[in-house]
Amino acid sequence: MSTPTAPVPAVSARAIRKSYGNNEVLCGIDLEVDAGQVQVIVGPSGSGKSTFLRCINHLERIDSGRLYVEGDLVGYREHRGRLHELRPQEVARQRARTGMVFQHFNLFAHMTVTQNIVEAPRHLRGLTKRDAVELAHGLLQQVGLGDKANAYPAELSGGQQQRVAIARALAMEPRLMLFDEPTSALDPELVGDVLDVMRGLAEGGMTMVVVTHEMAFARDVGDALVVMADGQVIEQGPPRDVLANPATERAAKFLARVH
Amino acid sequence: MLSAASEMSTPTGTPAGGPSGASGDVDEAIRAVPVRHPGRMVAGAVLVLLLVWLAITVAGNEEFDFGVIPDYLFDPVILDGVRLTLVLTVVSMAFGLVIGVVAAIGRLSDNPVLRWTAGAYIWLFRGTPVLVQLVFWFNIGIVFPTLGLTIPFTDVSLFSVESNSVVTPLNAAILGLGLNSGAYIAEIVRAGITSVGRGQVEAASALGLEPRRTMRRIVLPQAIPVAVPPLGNEFVSMLKYSALASVIAVQELLGSVETIYSVNLRTLELLVVASIWYLALTTLFSFLQSLLERRLGRGRSGIATVRARRGRAPRRVRKAVR
Repeated sequence: MSTPTAPVPAVSARAIRKSYGNNEVLCGIDLEVDAGQVQVIVGPSGSGKSTFLRCINHLERIDSGRLYVEGDLVGYREHRGRLHELRPQEVARQRARTGMVFQHFNLFAHMTVTQNIVEAPRHLRGLTKRDAVELAHGLLQQVGLGDKANAYPAELSGGQQQRVAIARALAMEPRLMLFDEPTSALDPELVGDVLDVMRGLAEGGMTMVVVTHEMAFARDVGDALVVMADGQVIEQGPPRDVLANPATERAAKFLARVH
Repeated sequence: MLSAASEMSTPTGTPAGGPSGASGDVDEAIRAVPVRHPGRMVAGAVLVLLLVWLAITVAGNEEFDFGVIPDYLFDPVILDGVRLTLVLTVVSMAFGLVIGVVAAIGRLSDNPVLRWTAGAYIWLFRGTPVLVQLVFWFNIGIVFPTLGLTIPFTDVSLFSVESNSVVTPLNAAILGLGLNSGAYIAEIVRAGITSVGRGQVEAASALGLEPRRTMRRIVLPQAIPVAVPPLGNEFVSMLKYSALASVIAVQELLGSVETIYSVNLRTLELLVVASIWYLALTTLFSFLQSLLERRLGRGRSGIATVRARRGRAPRRVRKAVR
């Protein structure tokens, strides 16, 4: 934004701070995610990485700093030097451009897989029922679940549910995908299928911010690795460099433990 | 294996812990001697004796005329009473449902004034006896002889009516029972809504669905199956609490029974007649409720976890308070 020629970053965070009561969970985060980049955020639990991710689509409010998605201020409008809160409908419209995948999948329990996927695009993208269902079936093929279109979430394994959740997010044709520990709630043998889908997305050029503990994924798929601790970014750079030669002792300690 | 071992065992003894003690083939179904429960037998026998004695005492009582019961069971006065009880229950319940849903949404609102008002309503109407509330509404005409609509803080009256022409006994009963059950229903509905996990709302928000649509499409469809069992209980409770309306001169089932026994003095017999009708109605509605619950649960294996915890907390809370 600063220079008109530079491409607008997908996510731009400047000095993000957030507290719960007296507990400051984000202490000035500065991050930039370029379009098409896969940024992986790791860090010990309680480091604020999930909170930061949830700030990107305004599920959490920030206390100070500025957060932009594709150049647009998240959750606010700047007018004559003052910030105005966006109305709920405007926040919803902003969120619709960003896909999010949760640790616990959060599929709508009372809907079939297809209904889960078509709910938002039918309403928000104005697709006809036919087009939406067709879109859903295509996405289910993409995540390897073409035969589960009419299943209810409770009938699926965790890995299958997470892949449906990814398909549901993709149905809104987001330009940015946020993954909040997408494999942390899965049995070990189910992790691979979900990571494969995410790898496929990355190869297709999707901009992704991934909070995870999967170091192999970070190394193989990530374009940038960010290490957070105590609400701060303590290290960032190309994954291989960060993993091989962490600059700070804290990062080195953490990475040695999860490796 | 075992039979071979048994063959090897001889009367002179086998190694300690050996399988020689086992009887029969392992593939056979187990036919073990059951543990005896002498205490159960004694308690059962005593109870049966007591029940027989009770039955004989009742049947042998010449003051109690069983013949009266079938005579009055389908008496037109009684049938009118049954009809009025049903009307009173259904209308009060519908009234209570509307108020209850509004109060539940108020309780969950972000607006502190709404939240506080809804909370105060629930606190007041759950914290005072229904009977007191019924008599209160019945006598409202004493302090408000006319009811009407005036522009607030002025004397300009838009319309006005005599209280006694509007607050008939039946209307007072509907108002009292409806407002009272509305407070309970509010808690049931609120529990149903809050039973839907935060994750469901977050997922809907993240997709870009607006709050209203999230409530309508995601939260309420999952809250209703949770709320139906306690709402059914509320309905059955209402059937019984409607008897209180007889106190304010509503000729529902109990009221109609009272008019008969005040003349023929067959008090207990007629109370049995009323009880038979109440039992028939509550049994019928419990059955309909189970049908409805099965319908709501059908083909929705997705809400299996919801079904497991449905209704528990609100029901228990409600019983404890009432």
